[in-house]
Amino acid sequence: MFERVSQTVEKRLSRAASALLSGLLIIAIVLGNSRPADALPLPSVKVRALPAFARKYGMPCSACHLAWPMLSAFGQAFKDNGYQLGNDRDAPIYQQPAYWPVTFRITPIWHRESQNRTLVDGPAGPNTAEGKVTTDGFDWSGLDFHTGGTLAKNFSFYVLPSSDNTGAFHFESVWARLDNLFGSSWFNIKMGKFELDNLLSEKRILTLTSVAGTYTNYHFQPLVSPGNPANPGAVAESYTFGIGDNQVGVEVMGHSKDDRTRYSASLLSSNDGQPGLPTNRGYGGYFTASQAFQVGSLGLQRVGGFAYLGQAPTYFQFTQGGVGVPGTGIGNKSFYRLGLIGQWYIKKVDVTTMYFHGWDNAFLGSNTPATAPLPVGAQAPTWNGGLFETHYTVSPQLILINRYELVRMSRQVFATNPGNFGNDDVLTVGFRYYPFISSRAGFAFHNEYAIIRQRGASPVNGLDLTTSSLLFGFDFAF
Amino acid sequence: MRTLKMKSIQLFLAVIAIAVFPALTPGQQVDAHIGKLSGNTDAGKHLYFRYCWGCHGFRGNGEGENAPYLNPTPRNFVAAVFKCRSTPTGTLPIDEDLYNSVGRGFNTTNMPSWIELTDQNRADLIAFIKSFSPRWKTEKPGTPITVPPEPKLTLESIRHGHELFEKLECWKCHGQEGYGDGPSAATLTDSNDQPIKPYDFAVGWRFKCGVTNHDLYKIFMTGLDGTPMPSFADVIKPEEAWDLVHFLRTLQVTHKSPELTLWESTKEGAEQVAAKKIYGTPTGSGVKQ
Repeated sequence: MFERVSQTVEKRLSRAASALLSGLLIIAIVLGNSRPADALPLPSVKVRALPAFARKYGMPCSACHLAWPMLSAFGQAFKDNGYQLGNDRDAPIYQQPAYWPVTFRITPIWHRESQNRTLVDGPAGPNTAEGKVTTDGFDWSGLDFHTGGTLAKNFSFYVLPSSDNTGAFHFESVWARLDNLFGSSWFNIKMGKFELDNLLSEKRILTLTSVAGTYTNYHFQPLVSPGNPANPGAVAESYTFGIGDNQVGVEVMGHSKDDRTRYSASLLSSNDGQPGLPTNRGYGGYFTASQAFQVGSLGLQRVGGFAYLGQAPTYFQFTQGGVGVPGTGIGNKSFYRLGLIGQWYIKKVDVTTMYFHGWDNAFLGSNTPATAPLPVGAQAPTWNGGLFETHYTVSPQLILINRYELVRMSRQVFATNPGNFGNDDVLTVGFRYYPFISSRAGFAFHNEYAIIRQRGASPVNGLDLTTSSLLFGFDFAF
Repeated sequence: MRTLKMKSIQLFLAVIAIAVFPALTPGQQVDAHIGKLSGNTDAGKHLYFRYCWGCHGFRGNGEGENAPYLNPTPRNFVAAVFKCRSTPTGTLPIDEDLYNSVGRGFNTTNMPSWIELTDQNRADLIAFIKSFSPRWKTEKPGTPITVPPEPKLTLESIRHGHELFEKLECWKCHGQEGYGDGPSAATLTDSNDQPIKPYDFAVGWRFKCGVTNHDLYKIFMTGLDGTPMPSFADVIKPEEAWDLVHFLRTLQVTHKSPELTLWESTKEGAEQVAAKKIYGTPTGSGVKQ
């Protein structure tokens, strides 16, 4: 009888679990079908979590990661200390000679991508119509090879060859850092290609889909003009910049011993992290500061601000076969991005709030060479953005994720554009389950759905463009 | 029918046991009090199973999955024997001792400083750590020792400290020059029967139980329980312990302390210190020679 009861209970539980999973899947697919997305981009997996560090120090992933790859306060301090614990055992001389700080990460996935108004060929000829395009199937992400740590006490490094899912590699990060100069944690210098000192790290983002694998606010640039049948495709700015992109330069960073107070200042080449000096000789600056404070038993709260002051060329001084000669971009015009961020912890719930403001010079906003007069009515575009991201960390093994991002244009480059042209809304939900937590490897069962609506961005009719992405995957690192 | 009823009762009891069992392991509500902070066992449990179990183990017995690779081995909270205390040898530490240890970390070991956690987090962790051992239920922590004010630093104090170093046979473990290479050094084991090295004064300047002269004084007078380092509370007077502190600082030739400066101002001291310093290519360990 007992066995029969057990079997029945087991069967019921099994049925309930199956029904729950099926229900979630169906809901996700239905949602996906009802909210269709851009040229079906691939999932973006460029995130960091290093079992190599866990192996070196014998700590579980959960020590440094609230839920990997997202850092905990302890993990952030470890990173800020130059990947050192500060116990006089950080130098490689104290490791087994065979220890090699390498981690690889890749994610086999099933994903579904959909876009409601994709540019397609129509009766009037090529690229004259819009069509809903949806596809799904099994796939995989790019591959990251992380290697980082210390070369000696207070000399740290990080090198990240990263590929897309075709195996085409590039360097996502290449830097070396002098830590604790003059014996002070307030003075560290890093040079190379690195992630900007963003409290809300895009390289440690918990979401992986093509829609939400990056933060929209970190990469937003205003659209210049809507697409129309005569000129299909909404026109984008020709220069590219994203606070979420790793940049090339030098960074001075400092923090208090307990990492409550942090600052950084970076001098960066104005080429959005591209190698080989492809555009110009301009430089930009990025500045951050933040302060954390304890609120009773709720946890550590942090507030901060950031500002990027940059410039970008508007034309090439020389061309070769009609193509600009790398490094000869001139006619620099300025742009800036500003933001305020708060990270609020209420026991197992953490909420990140961010306000974002952007401004582009009218020449950049209208893709006009500095030698030419501005088009009639052209003005400097400005916009405001916001982010509200919530996590519920059920345990170190399970985290629920919810994010809403919005971008609102406050001034269009051309007053004739609709006022809401280019406005974005992005909604993301998901969860990550870690079946085991160890100091040797990481594994997460990743589940996510994300949808973005871009106002007036459809290529032919200037209607709203909606893109959605649903993704399940086995995210692992070793 | 009766069998069916019995099995139903068994099932009911099994369900109750499963529901209640997690609440019983390990012992509940052994709180911690550090100043105005009160540690909560349940909150500490969540923190422990995020940060600590990899080394200290699920049961707190120091047998985490990484323990075999660590030297020294992680603390066994079930035994409740702690090195860094303000209480006499053989007694339990006060909560503040454990709290300070978690915040400070243990130099030259795998135990880092957890100062990045909130004060409340660390208090909660202490409450949970105490739940592993029955000692906390049957014994009270010792009474913290009194540390008298540090007397004025003099050459006489340093010299007397040197005499005590010889008389108390500190050199047998730590070596005549303080390199941790005394004749007994190779034979030492800790309470887990694991080999343990005496402190090498020539490398670095931090001690496992702190960095100040006050901390060093406490090490003499409380001992490092679980290691061969005994308490000298019954052997030397407080002022003698301070003399020993002053002398031992002169052995830390890589750390510019007032004691070393004073000692180097004498011809004898300058020669000794110069003989100990090694000048050459930096090794990458960060130790300045």
